[in-house]
Amino acid sequence: MALLEVDALQTHFRTPDGINRAVDGVSFHVNAGETLAIVGESGCGKSVTAMSILRLIPEPPGKIAGAIRFNGKNLLEATDKEMRAIRGNEISMIFQEPMTSLNPVLTVGRQIGETLRLHQGLSAQAAEDRAVEMLNLVGIPEAKRRVREYPHQLSGGMRQRVMIAIALACNPKLLIADEPTTALDVTIQAQILDLMRDLKHRVGAAIVLITHDLGVVAEVAERVVVMYAGKKVEEAPVHALFNRPRHPYTQGLLGSVPKLGSSLTGEATRLAEIPGLVPSLKQKIPGCVFASRCPHATDLCTAIAPALEEKAPGHVAACHYALREGALAA
Amino acid sequence: MFAYIVRRVLATIPVMAIVALFVFSLLYIAPGDPAAVIAGDQATPDDVERIRASLGLDRPYLVRFGAWVWDIARGDLGVSIFTNLPVSTMIQQRIEPTLSLMIVTLILAITVAVPMGVVAAWRQGTTIDRAVMAFAVLGFSVPVFVVGYMLAYIFALELDWLPVQGYTPFSRGFWPWLQNLILPAIALGSVYIALIARITRATMLEVLQQDYIRTAKAKGLGQRAILFVHALKNAAVPIITIIGIGLAGLIGGAVVTESVFAIPGLGRLTVDAILRRDYPVIQGVVLLFSFVYVLVNLAIDLAYTLFDPRIRY
Repeated sequence: MALLEVDALQTHFRTPDGINRAVDGVSFHVNAGETLAIVGESGCGKSVTAMSILRLIPEPPGKIAGAIRFNGKNLLEATDKEMRAIRGNEISMIFQEPMTSLNPVLTVGRQIGETLRLHQGLSAQAAEDRAVEMLNLVGIPEAKRRVREYPHQLSGGMRQRVMIAIALACNPKLLIADEPTTALDVTIQAQILDLMRDLKHRVGAAIVLITHDLGVVAEVAERVVVMYAGKKVEEAPVHALFNRPRHPYTQGLLGSVPKLGSSLTGEATRLAEIPGLVPSLKQKIPGCVFASRCPHATDLCTAIAPALEEKAPGHVAACHYALREGALAA
Repeated sequence: MFAYIVRRVLATIPVMAIVALFVFSLLYIAPGDPAAVIAGDQATPDDVERIRASLGLDRPYLVRFGAWVWDIARGDLGVSIFTNLPVSTMIQQRIEPTLSLMIVTLILAITVAVPMGVVAAWRQGTTIDRAVMAFAVLGFSVPVFVVGYMLAYIFALELDWLPVQGYTPFSRGFWPWLQNLILPAIALGSVYIALIARITRATMLEVLQQDYIRTAKAKGLGQRAILFVHALKNAAVPIITIIGIGLAGLIGGAVVTESVFAIPGLGRLTVDAILRRDYPVIQGVVLLFSFVYVLVNLAIDLAYTLFDPRIRY
């Protein structure tokens, strides 16, 4: 049994001008100890998916439907109390903005220790000792002094390390990381990714990594889910996805990443881009959600939505034409 | 930090000097002649002149100001024209009721208004929120003496739960002391509660939108810990500021409240002194109120550092 099974997840928001279908029928699973990446452009619903797993979406205006089974238990049917016992304990989360995700008026030690006291019933002293250990673990020097410091005394990279320390303090089975490196300098990004990879092996937690950065995906993920306009359009093991993307959207995403050795000047090596914008999530689209931007779209695509089909073992894509090899590789 | 406190305390000296000049001048230019009042209806112009000389009112303005400041610096606030008692003694006799009223009002206002604002922000847009806001508008718009008389009528005259008026010294026991202060504190505190509740709500609404609140939720914290630890501490600076500003209004309101509930405090002393043009008493009381206000503001500035570590002096 998978550690986390997300089944036909729908997260909709009621807005003054209609229902926003931020996540519309997404299914995936995460095995224990595995790293799954969810990729897509801004506004494709990947962050909302992450927040939905921990039910951090304010309801109303949000509404979550489908099923989110964690260790076989449907979190959408859990009581508030049961959810609180899971959050920060069995499933924890790292957010995109290290500068604003820590409470500015509480010490770092207090913020790490808080989860330990809450979930493991540690005393204040034991929690602080453990907080020092956690800071050491995430590579913060002078941990003994740092636990008494406030977030504004730390750099962005340090703060993200603190967030990771908070997230891992209770040895969670699943870590959801929502764009954990996006707000950081490139050199710091690499350090944080290394740290996450290292800790994952030590703690043995599964990771759901939300990102738009395909470089990050290639480095840390084992499997990849590609989302577009609130829907899953492709899922594959990481090598298969990079070697043979099946969905035209994934192909477009990969085409927009510069390759090592390609010249950055000259017309011939111009970076490919996907024309157009993500469609509004407020209207139901009858056909394929990507049809309006797809270079290969036909009448069939605009009329009938393609179902997710297994195109190769463990490799699914939602495209009518994805089987016809060569035709899309253009 | 220590250097900052010393600097701030020293900075209160020029402030107090300016306040003193205003207090002194206001009475100097106010209409009415205290010498004539003391002399009474039957006095001849010569009598009035004699009294004026004995009070030192015939000396030049700056000389009188200098002498007055020098006396105050030595702790001598002068002698009341009416009772012939030293002003400092009169203030000492009247300070307990006023101080009691202020403290009870302050505690009542903070313990009622802050949770009210927090809950209103948490339950934004619900009936609870609207009730709090309605109360806040009401608290602002109904004058202290109206609230005072209404409370006295309902809870003292009709229901007979609490005394109508008067004051019992603290030395006669906590409950008798508090009994006499409950209604005045509610009357005096209603504007204050409305003010603090509104600011608390507005600040909390902003704080609850912040990313670190989402983090707190993702850690599995309960609603109470999120609201009162993570959010309220971040909202503390504006709330404390408004508590300090409101305290000035409280000093003015105390004068009215003491009249309504017949509390023999500084407010009553001030009113009586104004009616009698008892210059030394008026000056002493106003100076004391100003001094307290300056001190409260200093305390608030220092309190900021307790709640927000980013503020350093």
